[in-house]
Amino acid sequence: MSAVTEGATGTQSGPIGRRMKRKEDPRLITGRGNYVDDISLPGMLHMALVRSDVAHARITSIDKSAAEGMEGVHAVITGEDLDVGAPLPMVWIPPGVEVKTPEHWPLARGEVNHVGDPVAAVVGSDKYGVIDAAAQIVVQYEELPAVIDPEKALEDGSPLVHDDLGTNKTHEWALGGGDMDAAMAEADVVVERRIVNHRTAGAAIEPRGCIAEWRGESVTLWTATQIPHLVRLFLAGELGVSEEKIRVIAPEVGGGFGSKLNHYAEEVLACYLSRKLGRPVKWLETRSENLAATTHGRDLIVYCKMGVKRDGTITGLHAKIVADLGAYYQLLTPFIPCFAAFVMSGCYKIPAVQTDIVGVFTNKFATDAVRGAGRPEATHAIEVMIEQAAAELGMDPLELRRKNFIPKEDFPAEVAVGVVYDSGDYHGTLDKLLEHVNLDEFRREQAELREHGVYRGIGFSTYVEICGLAPSRVVGPSGVGIQGGFWESAVVRVHPSGAATVYTGSSPHGQGHETGFAQIVAERLGIEPENVEVMHGDTDTGPFGMGTYGSRTLSVGGEAAGRAAVKVQEKAKKLAAHLLEAAPEDIELADGKYQVRGSPDKGLALADISLAAYVPENIPEGMEPGLEETSFYDPENFVWPFGAHAAIVDVDIDTGKVEVARYVAVDDCGRAINPLLIEGQVHGGIAHAIGQALFEQVVYNDEGQLITGTFVDYALPTAAELPSFETDRTETPSPVNDLGVKGVGEAGTIAATPTMVNAVVDALRPLGVSYMDMPLTPMRVWQAIQEARGAGSGPRATEQGRQTDEHGSGSAGSGPAAPAEGGES
Amino acid sequence: MIPANFDYAAPESLDEAISTLSQGGDDAKLLAGGHSLLPLMKLRLAAPSLLVSLGKVPGLSGIERSNGGFSIGAMTRHAEIADAEELGVTAHAASLIADQQVRNRGTIGGSIAHGDSAGDLPTVFLAAEGTVTAQGPNGERQIQATEMFKSFLTTAVGPDEVVTSVYMPALDGYGWGYEKFVRRSEDWAMVGVCALVKSNGGTCEDVRVALTHMGATPLRASATEEALRGQSLSPESIAQAAEQAAEGTNPPGDVNATPDYKKHLARVLTKRALMAATGG
Repeated sequence: MSAVTEGATGTQSGPIGRRMKRKEDPRLITGRGNYVDDISLPGMLHMALVRSDVAHARITSIDKSAAEGMEGVHAVITGEDLDVGAPLPMVWIPPGVEVKTPEHWPLARGEVNHVGDPVAAVVGSDKYGVIDAAAQIVVQYEELPAVIDPEKALEDGSPLVHDDLGTNKTHEWALGGGDMDAAMAEADVVVERRIVNHRTAGAAIEPRGCIAEWRGESVTLWTATQIPHLVRLFLAGELGVSEEKIRVIAPEVGGGFGSKLNHYAEEVLACYLSRKLGRPVKWLETRSENLAATTHGRDLIVYCKMGVKRDGTITGLHAKIVADLGAYYQLLTPFIPCFAAFVMSGCYKIPAVQTDIVGVFTNKFATDAVRGAGRPEATHAIEVMIEQAAAELGMDPLELRRKNFIPKEDFPAEVAVGVVYDSGDYHGTLDKLLEHVNLDEFRREQAELREHGVYRGIGFSTYVEICGLAPSRVVGPSGVGIQGGFWESAVVRVHPSGAATVYTGSSPHGQGHETGFAQIVAERLGIEPENVEVMHGDTDTGPFGMGTYGSRTLSVGGEAAGRAAVKVQEKAKKLAAHLLEAAPEDIELADGKYQVRGSPDKGLALADISLAAYVPENIPEGMEPGLEETSFYDPENFVWPFGAHAAIVDVDIDTGKVEVARYVAVDDCGRAINPLLIEGQVHGGIAHAIGQALFEQVVYNDEGQLITGTFVDYALPTAAELPSFETDRTETPSPVNDLGVKGVGEAGTIAATPTMVNAVVDALRPLGVSYMDMPLTPMRVWQAIQEARGAGSGPRATEQGRQTDEHGSGSAGSGPAAPAEGGES
Repeated sequence: MIPANFDYAAPESLDEAISTLSQGGDDAKLLAGGHSLLPLMKLRLAAPSLLVSLGKVPGLSGIERSNGGFSIGAMTRHAEIADAEELGVTAHAASLIADQQVRNRGTIGGSIAHGDSAGDLPTVFLAAEGTVTAQGPNGERQIQATEMFKSFLTTAVGPDEVVTSVYMPALDGYGWGYEKFVRRSEDWAMVGVCALVKSNGGTCEDVRVALTHMGATPLRASATEEALRGQSLSPESIAQAAEQAAEGTNPPGDVNATPDYKKHLARVLTKRALMAATGG
């Protein structure tokens, strides 16, 4: 474990590093949070949408007369009626790469392209009544062939999702380095696998929702979003309203996982209709709408090729990715799979690494960011391939990893992909993991259990992730091509009494900004975090910010808050020096006192200094009164958290059911600001990934109907399905920022899917199962066992789990319609 | 998740409930625990014009020992049944239903009258050969388990009848097992098997096996029963009999389970349930 280095202004006993309970929690767990659905405005109307129930069709007519005649209905609009200045945004324009981009309007214009595509909006006085009215709108369709399988969609002669674009191929994009031909020629063994990383849903506990209130020339939009400031910017163009007349508020937001890192049709419609009707308009998503029309994630087919020498040296890794993007783009749709390429080298020193990506339109809803966004897919491929290669070489998979790890002394380390990892100690996290998992003992136990017909397996994965988006010059328009800046900003305001408020542009949806940022600022100011309030999520009261996503909050927004606090501290020191009649360079901050170095008895508390700043009778010549500073921070590099995970599973080979017996995670996210927040994030991330590995899958059938439209069929795991996770950390500070922090919100999600697949395969190897695609549902595991037993044990012969096609054609007839909860009356 | 418009009545006596129900016409539905009906309504897969709540009708709840068995009030909640250990397999199966919130609301009468083949209690009721008491405008009648389940979500209870109690034989001398296979603990059974075995000196004197979610209604696995009845009970004879558990079934497939996989599960679970019922 690397030593914890305290920042220049930090102290070991200060708020940073404290296991502080979340400041947010008392209000949240006592039901005093204020979510969009808790907000009700005088005169408020409700909006409901009519959505397409077919995957691909021309709209031949829409009869809205019956709905318009219903009591309480104020307006019914269709795509023809909607007059907005711009389609929904997609903000990735990579230099030199053509991305075929269909126009995506909030309401369909003449054609629907996926089940759930909005066709009409109804506004009325009663939230039940608008649903009844929506049911009275008659839409006639002329159905077109649905494009469902992304690989078939690329074949000549495939029906097209968008005729006018002339192809289903959205774009091609590549990133890599090194001589791949030479690498593969040099390899003794080349392992190839087709790895399907299936479609999942964000499925935040709070669905989306918004309320728009137009008053005079200004509009306020309350919306469940991760990016209020960006939503305001987009609305300005769509509504033709100057940005300062738009206020976007993200109130309490109940989870996002990337699915609220977006700007959606309903936000535009609510604003448009509020202006049209002169009344506030509220829209709340149902869970079924959430599963159909809030961004999905993953959905990649990864053709992976790894070259290895007999001694375990990896010579090259090539990933060819087919990405199913759905019918339209949301904010970052075509970019998300490309994010995988940045970490395709994993924790390893590999001379040649190449990722080639082809995006595909299909008649499904858009994919976009879901927790990890590209990095789980890359890590899954790499870490599954490592264990596949180890099996072919007859080598211990941990030894294979260690043989290729980038050594600690190489950091900062440039990898073949062309990016520079900031800091790392990959052997260190693996060593620590093995302190918790006695592998020799496990193998003995595993052998004994097998004799009794019990199939237990262990799987590992290591990972490195790219976090802290930023830097703008790399990610922005002339770099990767995302049309924006990637800094964050913060204002730290010390009040006359010495308490402080932090205004951040970074908008949380469950991460714990109010606690973590308070700890950072309190440490820098020499006060307690209980006396630091963190304000966020309101474009009128906080500074501009890019939002909370990509595990960037702490290393960009938190660093900005820390830097603003350091500026305040510097001013406070100058003022203290003046009050103490000392030289500014002799003032230190120690144990909450601004004092002449080594003279605590005459030290001043921040409250003494702030009072002097706000009642400026005695401040230095030329000093402005008040105690408040702003910082804008744009990092010089990404940050690169890493870790090592292990899972122990039991497989019931008669039914195929997988039980997770143990899950152990050792993560390194740099310096820990609050270990409790870190553990919470790791727990959630692991649960999320075990969800994908064992339970969750968005399934469309051959006609493009969404089969998983409720939580009965979209199987999120509950606490009952998961073990108590065991977590530990190492701390390798990042040299990129002053805090030394990285990020941890996605770590568990990134590491845990390959861990699970490797564990299940390890359990079933004696039966001849050598590889399986997720989700490892009981039926698919059982089928894999049957196939392996039937086919002998050749590795290629057992590419199992594909009987149930990942795009839903395996749905074996329609079962009875099922209600939303597993109950009996 | 917003239901269509409906009327609501909360009668305070059984007679009033029956008359409200029959006056409500074909679209009137009884509301017991509501944990199947209300979700269907919220998804607009059901749209009754009138809900007649049984919540205020007295005398429909509780467990009483009677006639060598148990008379369980129709409105008795799953949670109460799960806590009544003397009910044996019925209590065990109730403890496996969905989650605690559902068990706190859902009722045995509602579950059996709903007749969902994926429900647990209808299967146990069928295996135990229980009896339902239903009361309608023309008085009270008994419905035997074998007569109860007609087709998909359709039972012998008339549209104007109220199930008032469920009689479960005590099954003294029977060993029991209920095996429920789920992806998540809160899910409906992908397949479930209830086995009841009466052994006499190692010989199978009586056996009943019923299957959850293997067809439009709960089913008896008669081939397995016949194969085992009168035979000496051993892991081998049980395994052999269990092989026939899916005979004659035509289970519905879905995204998680093909009909073939469900038939396989029925065989595996039947073996496990029979082993549990014979103390194996």
